[in-house]
Amino acid sequence: MKKFLYNKLSDDAVLEIFNDSDPNLLERLAREARDLTRQHFGRTVSLYAPLYLSNYCANQCTYCGFKAGLGISRRRLTAQEIDAECRALAGAGIQSILLLTGGSRQHTPPEYLEQAVRAAGKYCASVAIEVYPLETAEYARLNAAGCDGLTIFQETYDRARYAVLHPAGRKRDYAYRYQAPRRAAQAGLRQITLGPLLGLSAWRQDVLALYAHLRGLEKEFPGVDYALSFPRLRKLSDYAEDDYLVSDADLVKIICVTRLLFPRVGLSLSTRESSGFRDHAIHFGITKISAGSSTSVGGYAAPSAPDGRAPQFEINDKRSVAAIKAMLKRQGFDPVFTDWRCLVKSAYGHSAA
Amino acid sequence: MDELIIAGQKLTSRFFLGTGKFAGKELMRAAIEQSGAEVVTVALRRVDLQQTAENILNFVPPNVRLLVNTSGARSADEAVRIARLGRAAGAGAWIKIEVISDSRHLLPDNQETVKAAEILAAEGFTVLPYISPDLYAARALVKAGAAAVMPLGALIGSNQGLQTRHLLEVLRQEIAEVPLIVDAGIGAPSQAAAAMEMGCDAVLVNTAVAAADDPVAMARAFSLAVRAGRAAYLAGQAPASAGASASSPLTGFLYNDK
Repeated sequence: MKKFLYNKLSDDAVLEIFNDSDPNLLERLAREARDLTRQHFGRTVSLYAPLYLSNYCANQCTYCGFKAGLGISRRRLTAQEIDAECRALAGAGIQSILLLTGGSRQHTPPEYLEQAVRAAGKYCASVAIEVYPLETAEYARLNAAGCDGLTIFQETYDRARYAVLHPAGRKRDYAYRYQAPRRAAQAGLRQITLGPLLGLSAWRQDVLALYAHLRGLEKEFPGVDYALSFPRLRKLSDYAEDDYLVSDADLVKIICVTRLLFPRVGLSLSTRESSGFRDHAIHFGITKISAGSSTSVGGYAAPSAPDGRAPQFEINDKRSVAAIKAMLKRQGFDPVFTDWRCLVKSAYGHSAA
Repeated sequence: MDELIIAGQKLTSRFFLGTGKFAGKELMRAAIEQSGAEVVTVALRRVDLQQTAENILNFVPPNVRLLVNTSGARSADEAVRIARLGRAAGAGAWIKIEVISDSRHLLPDNQETVKAAEILAAEGFTVLPYISPDLYAARALVKAGAAAVMPLGALIGSNQGLQTRHLLEVLRQEIAEVPLIVDAGIGAPSQAAAAMEMGCDAVLVNTAVAAADDPVAMARAFSLAVRAGRAAYLAGQAPASAGASASSPLTGFLYNDK
């Protein structure tokens, strides 16, 4: 069987694949994606956990469970709480942590993020952020505090849809968000994860635009480790427009084609997806999954406390870190907890002089 | 006794194994044991310094020397910091310098590698730098005090074999002061044997073993191939030619006329 010239596929060829519903084609794509993943990542899957620091938000994203103006109780973790959360995560074995906030610069300013990064760095080898877009100098400051990674979702690359979906707040500024990964790379962050939020717009065009976004960054900042993520809105969520829903088969195809086009790029899959889907996806391209996730503010140290704990989205894979680890081993994968160690001196009390 | 000597250390195995990409740490341990490797590379980025059950160092047999690699370093400065961190964490002073600032092709940055080698060798590390096969970089590394030079055979993880053969041959001719170890790209035991037949001193393999259906059996196969290739080199292989050789068809006339 002829191999795809994976890194030479034109956008038209990719669209043709996206539009072809032949299950045999999908199986072929999956087999090639599996071989490439095995070649470049081996039989390993990296694990991380998200930590929601705050659900204050100044934006009005029409699809979000944390958006401003909703009658949910708002809170932000104190320094002590952040410490307790990180300790709980590290106790479960997590060494890679993703700190998240809602889009409120006022309630969670860069100084607050910096403190959170330092706290997480005490317990974890690698700290990344998923927050509102920052200035280059602010990213640099977080980098110096021990943050090595940025995750940022453009949500949709369709500017008209973007405007409809983000009617208020600073997030209205499409270009500022689009340029955030550039600013982060300029500031020295070494791991950058991008993605659309599938289900908001025509997914084929969004995925192609994501590829273009990534290619531009790869050209300008070749030293950065890039990863892509494909979160998707579900039919049962509050916000869902049937026209844009992405089926399981579509998502498999997106993952496989992405692997063929970007053989060495990390592919991440969150607990928005079901355990069944995630357990299969690690075989054809996914290299990084979250484990034991809580998507409510302060969900680890005291998971049953009632106030301010509405989740941003529903988790579909509720397994513990230990259960995810056992699943990976059963399926013949080595769970990788420590995949990068921040080199900031203070984080280790180690002199680089 | 045909020994490989690196920084005064005598090694009997010329097969070095990388520890990434294995499906499990027990499997990795078995592959190391079966390969007979005496040197294994470990990426410090993957070492769990918190000493949990997942600490990869707990799975390396005690008689095997650790070669800490600086995977993840994008500059000489970062490589130096990783090397120091590794030594402070008790992982030893043998360092594979790996400086890569291109995540698409993962080609080593020779200039930064030379800079890091100069600093680390001066600090007493045993330095084994991973490079693109370039004569000037190799000479600079020898001058800097590197204990070996490790040029790539092909792009890392590509299993494409000795794509850089002609450049490796140049290095083999010119770099006699320290061992020459082919690192990266070797995808099959036959390719490892070919590197040894060329006169390379050792080979370092990871993906071809870790990603095999049976990594332990493949580790054994590589070990055999490296020994065969070395034996062939020592035996003084008869030169090969492109075709059958006729008896002096062009100049034979000189001797026919009696």
